Amino acid sequence: MLARTASNLFWLARYMERADYLARLLQVAGHMSAVRVDADGNSEWESAIAAAGCHEEFFARHEAATAESVIDYLAFDRGNPSSICNCIETSRRNARAVRTALTSDMWEAVNTSWMELRDFESSEMNEDRLTEFLDWVKARTSLVHGVYANTMLRRDGFHFTRIGQFLERADNTARLLDVKYHVRLPTVQDVGGVIDYYQWLAVLRVVGARRAYRVLFKGHVEPAQVAELLILRPEFPRSLVFCFEQICLNLDAIEAHDPRLSSDCKRIAHSQYAALRFGQIEPIIEQGLHEFLSELVDRCGLLGAEIARGHLF
Amino acid sequence: MSERAAIFDEMGWPDHIRPPYALVDAWLKSLPAEQLALKRREAEVLFRRIGITFAVYTEGGDPERLIPFDLIPRVMAQAEWQSLRKGLEQRVRALNAFIHDVYHDREILKADRIPERLVLNNPQFRPEMVDLDLPHNVYTHIAGIDMVRTGPDEYYVLEDNCRTPSGVSYMVENREVMMRLFPELFRRAGVAPVAHYGDELLETLRSVAPPNCQGEPTVVLLTPGIHNSAYYEHAFLADEMGIDLVEGADLLVKNEICYMRSTSGLTRVDVIYRRIDDDYIDPLVFRPESMLGAPGLHFATRAGNLTLANAIGAGIADDKAVYIHVPEMVRFYLGEEPLLQNVPTHDCSKPEDLAYTLAHIDQLVVKAVHGSGGYGMLVGPHASKAEIETFVAQLRARPHDYVAQPTLALSTVPTFVESGIAPRHVDLRPFVLSGEQIRIVPGGLTRVALRDGSLVVNSSQGGGTKDTWVLER
Amino acid sequence: MHLSIQHRTVYRYAEPALRVTQALRLWPAACTGQRVIGWQVDVDGKALPYATTDGFGNPVATHTADGAVDQVRIDVQGHVETEDLHGVVGGTLERLPVRFFLFETPLTHVDESIRELAGQVPSINDAIERMHRLCNHVRDRLDYVAGETDSATTAAEALANGSGVCQDHAHLMAASARVLGFPARYVSGYLCAGVEGAEAASHAWAEIHIADFGWVGFDAANRICPNEHYVRIACGRDYHDAAPVRGVHRGGRSETLEVSVSISETPAMPTRGGSPGNRGQSAQQ
Repeated sequence: MLARTASNLFWLARYMERADYLARLLQVAGHMSAVRVDADGNSEWESAIAAAGCHEEFFARHEAATAESVIDYLAFDRGNPSSICNCIETSRRNARAVRTALTSDMWEAVNTSWMELRDFESSEMNEDRLTEFLDWVKARTSLVHGVYANTMLRRDGFHFTRIGQFLERADNTARLLDVKYHVRLPTVQDVGGVIDYYQWLAVLRVVGARRAYRVLFKGHVEPAQVAELLILRPEFPRSLVFCFEQICLNLDAIEAHDPRLSSDCKRIAHSQYAALRFGQIEPIIEQGLHEFLSELVDRCGLLGAEIARGHLF
Repeated sequence: MSERAAIFDEMGWPDHIRPPYALVDAWLKSLPAEQLALKRREAEVLFRRIGITFAVYTEGGDPERLIPFDLIPRVMAQAEWQSLRKGLEQRVRALNAFIHDVYHDREILKADRIPERLVLNNPQFRPEMVDLDLPHNVYTHIAGIDMVRTGPDEYYVLEDNCRTPSGVSYMVENREVMMRLFPELFRRAGVAPVAHYGDELLETLRSVAPPNCQGEPTVVLLTPGIHNSAYYEHAFLADEMGIDLVEGADLLVKNEICYMRSTSGLTRVDVIYRRIDDDYIDPLVFRPESMLGAPGLHFATRAGNLTLANAIGAGIADDKAVYIHVPEMVRFYLGEEPLLQNVPTHDCSKPEDLAYTLAHIDQLVVKAVHGSGGYGMLVGPHASKAEIETFVAQLRARPHDYVAQPTLALSTVPTFVESGIAPRHVDLRPFVLSGEQIRIVPGGLTRVALRDGSLVVNSSQGGGTKDTWVLER
Repeated sequence: MHLSIQHRTVYRYAEPALRVTQALRLWPAACTGQRVIGWQVDVDGKALPYATTDGFGNPVATHTADGAVDQVRIDVQGHVETEDLHGVVGGTLERLPVRFFLFETPLTHVDESIRELAGQVPSINDAIERMHRLCNHVRDRLDYVAGETDSATTAAEALANGSGVCQDHAHLMAASARVLGFPARYVSGYLCAGVEGAEAASHAWAEIHIADFGWVGFDAANRICPNEHYVRIACGRDYHDAAPVRGVHRGGRSETLEVSVSISETPAMPTRGGSPGNRGQSAQQ
């Protein structure tokens, strides 16, 4: 298939996944700041900015991470290329550039999201409206992902879309966990306390895994088990191992590729997958969870670049 | 108004319904007004959802707006269409023969049937194309012939579009939407289908594969990109044909062979349906700063490795000053009498025609010969005194650049307007496909001037469209 | 006269270009007065044969470098036997009617001052003599100064500045001949050292169509008709049509160009790469 088409599909899915993640992040930050028991009400918002991976850009333009500034920056700011609004806009632009590679259902799902987005943008934003907006983002992105999964031919276009979605998801999961574990590193007196409990519950909320956690671990929320769920459990569709399994499966399924060009990206994906598949949580934590996760985020970046290079994007 | 009395309404609305419209008339009378209003809104939603938009980049407003669609179809009887179709086929054969001739032996110039200067000193004459043989000698593979009607048996060709005529997606989608809204109506009407346009276009493009093409030709559609006003149409046509929609940066010419960059490396391309003007298609030949086309496309063509459709230089046949001579081309190349009439046209480069034009300017339509889109144009009867004065000054300064035509009493078709149903002027753009044979999908695009009394149907100036029916029996 | 030509052009990109495509018109078209004994064009050391001919009959080929490119090197090596036909050109592939060359192009647009320049030439019957006079007028009005004009300079602009290089002389000659009703065109080629006051270089001149003679070359820069020191390569309405190299590149900033030409008169068959006793000179453009 046309390299540009593959690239557009890849990014279309990535931006939709990112919009979904940001909406979840904002919902949970809002929830957490409401239930916080310590004095620093803004730290939840700062950690949301860190987990969105745009700490530097944000603080170049804002003095403090307040509820208002963070919500505006992550959801609506047109000056932030990764705000939810821009993610949907960029997704739609990618879709429009490859309309011939989309099913009509897929185009309608993306295009309608974009049209409805404009209604949100032109209306006055208050707390109720924000809740409605974030729920809407989650519903629309799920719809787009569902529609493509249910309508696209299982050919190269589908595989690139899939890879985009799961590469983005792996990146997001790794960042989220890293921020909660590192930036919000529990102090000695916090450990086992009320705050710690809520922090880890918040992580589970973002990835929609409260119930999954209960089913798999049947106990109190423990940081190591949360990390295990998000990194190593193949049953959980937002875990890093699940994401890399999907990436590998779809990379291998691409038919029209040049083996000389695409071998590097496959090597990176498969070696990372093997490390996750056979990894254990204790040694990972012992050797430094932060190092492990930030290396993984770097890997995701490298893999994205190699996929592009290996398929002439 | 006395002017109105002379205007031919194709439906004969409201009191003298012509036979092809009998069913439409009964249908209109049977539909309650609320139902129609509902269907109109539904149609808009459908168009918006499938994204059939026409981008107009002006400040503010909706950057992707819809071309208004009118629900009342324009209907032609089979016999009416057949005579039109024969005329179109004849005209396009002559146009292709003319373009081939001006880039080869120039017999028509040697025979002095067309002034040599008009061809040789024309920016649309491309010396780059001289002595290059094209498959089946076809230059304008997709031609849009703009027609108007003034009476039951009176048609005129207003202009020929031999370069990159657009609008065919509306022809196909208007039908699609009408059929979704009124399936029952179509079961009774017996309307010739148009949905196979994409197949016909692909067959046409495959039939003009270049001499060095091996095996099945790879056909792609080259678009300037999503910012082009006709981008929707480009995507639509690529989709209908199941071919890749490429942009300039996707193409690469190496050793005079054209490739596209695909995920598996470079894939050879044989035929490009290009929707980019000559000036931008190849920066090694035309505008060097153009990023829309791809360098080397023209040389790949000259080396026999690529076909561009439409061919570079096809625009020599649709210049408004060359237009005057199309009937002569039919006689010269085909030895036949033209079946389609030109609008009588005054060539302002001739002193007597200029004098006539200046004397009757308030009754004439005056057009710039290299203009398009309805801009460099004066509609005498509708112009203010000041507008006429400004235009006359331009005309006197550069008479070579203008032609003048009588204001035709364009036919009307009933159309939904704010006050209900009222007659509005229409034109017709059928699309003629030329490859190893000529193919025409019945009908074409009907454009309608939505403002009362307006003769300007261009979508850029507030025109709308209608579904065009050719009845099968 | 035996002429041996070595012509190297190097394009360098300070920041690598992503993709470079060039159209080369570097092969001599067939014509009387010059016989090609050997001719080769190499791009980055690899031979490039011409692929097709353009509408003017000029041999042409393109080459593309995909991926990061920091330089492109084009080498022309040729060996030609020439004779002096006093500028008269025959045996060329003529695909366009002569009258096509009566019409102006943007580079040869005629303004008032060009019209006036052409009007200064007396309307004598001897067309050849008339063109010689025009040729002198053009040279009188345009000093030969390198570096003040570039490939986008129009004839009218050069005339207004009062200076230019051979390309500007050729444009002005063609534009003013057209004013007088003579079809005229632009020719690119090489000039061998040996003409007084001229450097060995890539060169350009004009050809005027004169009844009874056909196309006749006029080199206004040197006030003469081309002789055995000239090698004719390509022609067209103006520089755009006949440019030896026309290229585009994506990415890659500050393209710089280095050209060296050496043309030598050789008494016998040269060995490849030139012969000892090379009297050629180098010209920087």
